[in-house]
Amino acid sequence: MSLAVSAIEYIDNVKNGNTTVEDFVAKTLEQISKHDTKLHAYLSINENALDQARQTDKKIKAGEKIGAFYGMPISVKDNICVKGGKTTCASKMLEGFVAPYDATVVSKLKNQDAILIGKTNLDEFAMGATTEYSAFGPSRNPWNTEYVPGGSSGGSAVSVSALECIASLGSDTGGSVRNPASFCSIVGLKPTYGLVSRYGLVSYANSIEQIGPFGRRVEDVALLLNHIAGKDQNDSTTIDNHSQDYLDKIDAGIQGKKIGVISEMSKGDGLDKNVENAFWRAASAFESLGASVDQVSLDLVQHTVATYYVLTTAEAGSNLSRYDNLRYGYSLDLEGYEFKSYISKARRNFGPEVIRRMILGGFVPSAGFAGKYLLKALKVKSKLKKEIVDAFKKFDFLISPTVPILPFKFGEKTEDPLAMYLADINTITANLTGIPAISVPFEIHDGLPIGIQIHANMLQEKLLLQAAYALQGTTKLPGVPL
Amino acid sequence: MIGLEIHCQLTKLESKLFCPCKANYRDFQPNANVCPICMGLPGSLPRLNQKAVEKATMIALALNCQTPKKIGFFRKNYFYPDLPKNFQITQLNLYGPTSIGEKGKISIGGKDIRIRRIQLEEDPGRLIYEGASERTQITLVDYNRAGTPLVEIVTEPDFENPRQVRLFLSILSDLLENLGVSDPTLEGAMRADANVSIKDGPRVEIKNINSFYDLEKAIHFEITRQESLHSREIPILQETRHWDDKRKITISSRTKEEDEDYRYILEGDIPWVVLDSQSIEKWRKNMPESISSKKERYITDYGIPAQVADVLSSDKYYSDLFEQAHSKSNAKEIANMITTDLMGLVDTREKREQSKLNPKHLSELVELISSGKVTRTSAKNALQEIVKTGKTVSEIVSQIGLGKISDKLELGKIIDEIVNQEPTAVQQAKDNPQTINYLVGKVMQKTKGKADPAITLGILKEKIGI
Repeated sequence: MSLAVSAIEYIDNVKNGNTTVEDFVAKTLEQISKHDTKLHAYLSINENALDQARQTDKKIKAGEKIGAFYGMPISVKDNICVKGGKTTCASKMLEGFVAPYDATVVSKLKNQDAILIGKTNLDEFAMGATTEYSAFGPSRNPWNTEYVPGGSSGGSAVSVSALECIASLGSDTGGSVRNPASFCSIVGLKPTYGLVSRYGLVSYANSIEQIGPFGRRVEDVALLLNHIAGKDQNDSTTIDNHSQDYLDKIDAGIQGKKIGVISEMSKGDGLDKNVENAFWRAASAFESLGASVDQVSLDLVQHTVATYYVLTTAEAGSNLSRYDNLRYGYSLDLEGYEFKSYISKARRNFGPEVIRRMILGGFVPSAGFAGKYLLKALKVKSKLKKEIVDAFKKFDFLISPTVPILPFKFGEKTEDPLAMYLADINTITANLTGIPAISVPFEIHDGLPIGIQIHANMLQEKLLLQAAYALQGTTKLPGVPL
Repeated sequence: MIGLEIHCQLTKLESKLFCPCKANYRDFQPNANVCPICMGLPGSLPRLNQKAVEKATMIALALNCQTPKKIGFFRKNYFYPDLPKNFQITQLNLYGPTSIGEKGKISIGGKDIRIRRIQLEEDPGRLIYEGASERTQITLVDYNRAGTPLVEIVTEPDFENPRQVRLFLSILSDLLENLGVSDPTLEGAMRADANVSIKDGPRVEIKNINSFYDLEKAIHFEITRQESLHSREIPILQETRHWDDKRKITISSRTKEEDEDYRYILEGDIPWVVLDSQSIEKWRKNMPESISSKKERYITDYGIPAQVADVLSSDKYYSDLFEQAHSKSNAKEIANMITTDLMGLVDTREKREQSKLNPKHLSELVELISSGKVTRTSAKNALQEIVKTGKTVSEIVSQIGLGKISDKLELGKIIDEIVNQEPTAVQQAKDNPQTINYLVGKVMQKTKGKADPAITLGILKEKIGI
């Protein structure tokens, strides 16, 4: 069986006895050892994966009760805790941190007999859009290894795209799932805030981020969502979704649905011509599926990047202050320091982008400046939410290019943080307002992927996945050129 | 002017404020009462203990505070080794009143002390400084306490002198114990900082005060220090001063200019908690009877003297005993026995913990006294034994024979002995009949309190001939 199967196909094949879990996992590990030296999707590999595969085969043979994933190899971003293994957040600060517990999503996957094949690379503490800020070196885009894979969940996107696993979990604070999904030509979903438990996800900006699934097919993402969503007593912000089945009627189509094109995200100087053209072809594709397409203006989108960086840095400054290396972290002799100088010494192991955001994060909520920055950002956030609520009174979906530009080469944007921050402009709105959004691969231009973003209203993942599935049906994309 | 910030642990809760670890951290080996949440491990999230909200709201209600429509939590950001996350989850009235209570008051001896604000927050861990010499000093951290539910009570600067502070703290401490939310006698369960200023001068905050006894001293010292500066026209600085326990003085620790900026932000991991009037009313109904209402009831229902009722009602241990032991007919006697005979036996926390006494002991003893089978003195002796061993009253009576001696013949023999031994006292009694009590006392001593006092007196008078 090819490694390029969808999750649904994999499960069918294992059920029918066309392949064993062991065989598939062994092939996957081979694929990893063949390509990952170059691609660097993984920071660590589960050394017990083959054993676990054999165990799963045994259970299947014995006719025991088996979980929904049938030993499917799934990778997990390295800012999500898996018990007993390293969780580094791609930071030197957490180089030696071994999580003593499983994140809720991880225990849910394990309970359904998924095999957690490895932990994937990211920008340090999920701050970045290219994985170039990983303290352990960047991941490479399998479509062209000279190019960035997007980020921050770049390793997850690469692992799925390069057939180094079937699906993956990433986290999305300002587009960190959708951006690399778009750059690597796979599907990535940012669920409604609160739909998926964050317990065990290392916080960056906790009030807006979500764990989200990656897959090569829309239905794979729906399957993952089925098993990770729902109320969790360990995360008070979670919502009860009444065990909704997102796979059921995923092919319902979008006949008669109303789609709004977000003007502020689909024109202007920052938008690449090729991306723009591809986007309008996607809009036509939606029309050909029986949906109506109209323009909608969200005035405040122009302020979202500034708002996002004020809010996220303020929260990051607080969330990351626990990394003082006193209780866990890396090896450091702390003898002979007075506490304050110890703290600054211990925290020198943060990388440049984290330091940049921590400095901002110390400033924007500080006495005398909070009113000008943090409180103002919170105001924009609540006004933007109102605009979104109004827009969904008229539309079922809001669409835009996922990223306004094509994947770019390494080093191209690291010199200019502001240009890099602007790449987030289309993805941030979903985080600031809590609504779900998905990136669907749509075209390959000169060997570089372009993704389309669809937003739906709060908790409308089922509708959203139906729209994404419909769009997916209009495309015929080449396989990854490995 | 003096204002207080009091921190009180909700020691009666089962678990910590944001995780399932024990709120009672005192019985653990260091760093054994911890989990990923209270250790602030990467990825962990706080899970609000709803019981803590209920108990803290009861405190707010008992202090006549207004309670908000919804409560929220904020992060107070600062670096300190006892703080696992390097921020403390606490409350702040940043977006209107969202902390557990505000604008309350309690009355102390006719004077109102206003409560500015009450907030619910987590206690940090504990730092233990080992080694006396500066050079070999090391600091140990114990996170067992980290995350323990803490209520901060901030008063307005309404105190005029240290004596009022002491009175207030004693009343507050009784109130918290009576509410069943805290045991203020546990070490570290109740702590207070003071703000002191004189003649509209700048505010000086005194921290690091370990006991209420020292608090009074520290405030006294601080007032004297400020008055002395003022009289010499030396400016008083707005600053934080630490109480030096050894030297019994306050020492400057930092001036307000260098004061830390806590960069408060909303704690997004804990959604707003809506406090609807139904919950508030339900909690209000579940609140134990207040001390003043108990006192009132003891006086009017049972005719217990005001002073006795005061002692009985303000101490939860005594009032609980009383409530369980008394009946309409024996209430006065029970109250008496608790506040006179029992008090000295169980006046410290240790003695109370070790005491084997239960309410049934009290009611049975009182019953024996009123039916004339045991004297008050014997009963007192029995109490001592009961507190120590927990034996039943009937066991004690049969074992050490507390039965009253009212047999005239038997008493007569003993009295004859005493009269022979004490000729001087006998003569005195003849001259001044008042002094006969000395001889009664001697008989009591001889009989270990078992002699019936009335009969003894009768026989004595007869024998001496007065």
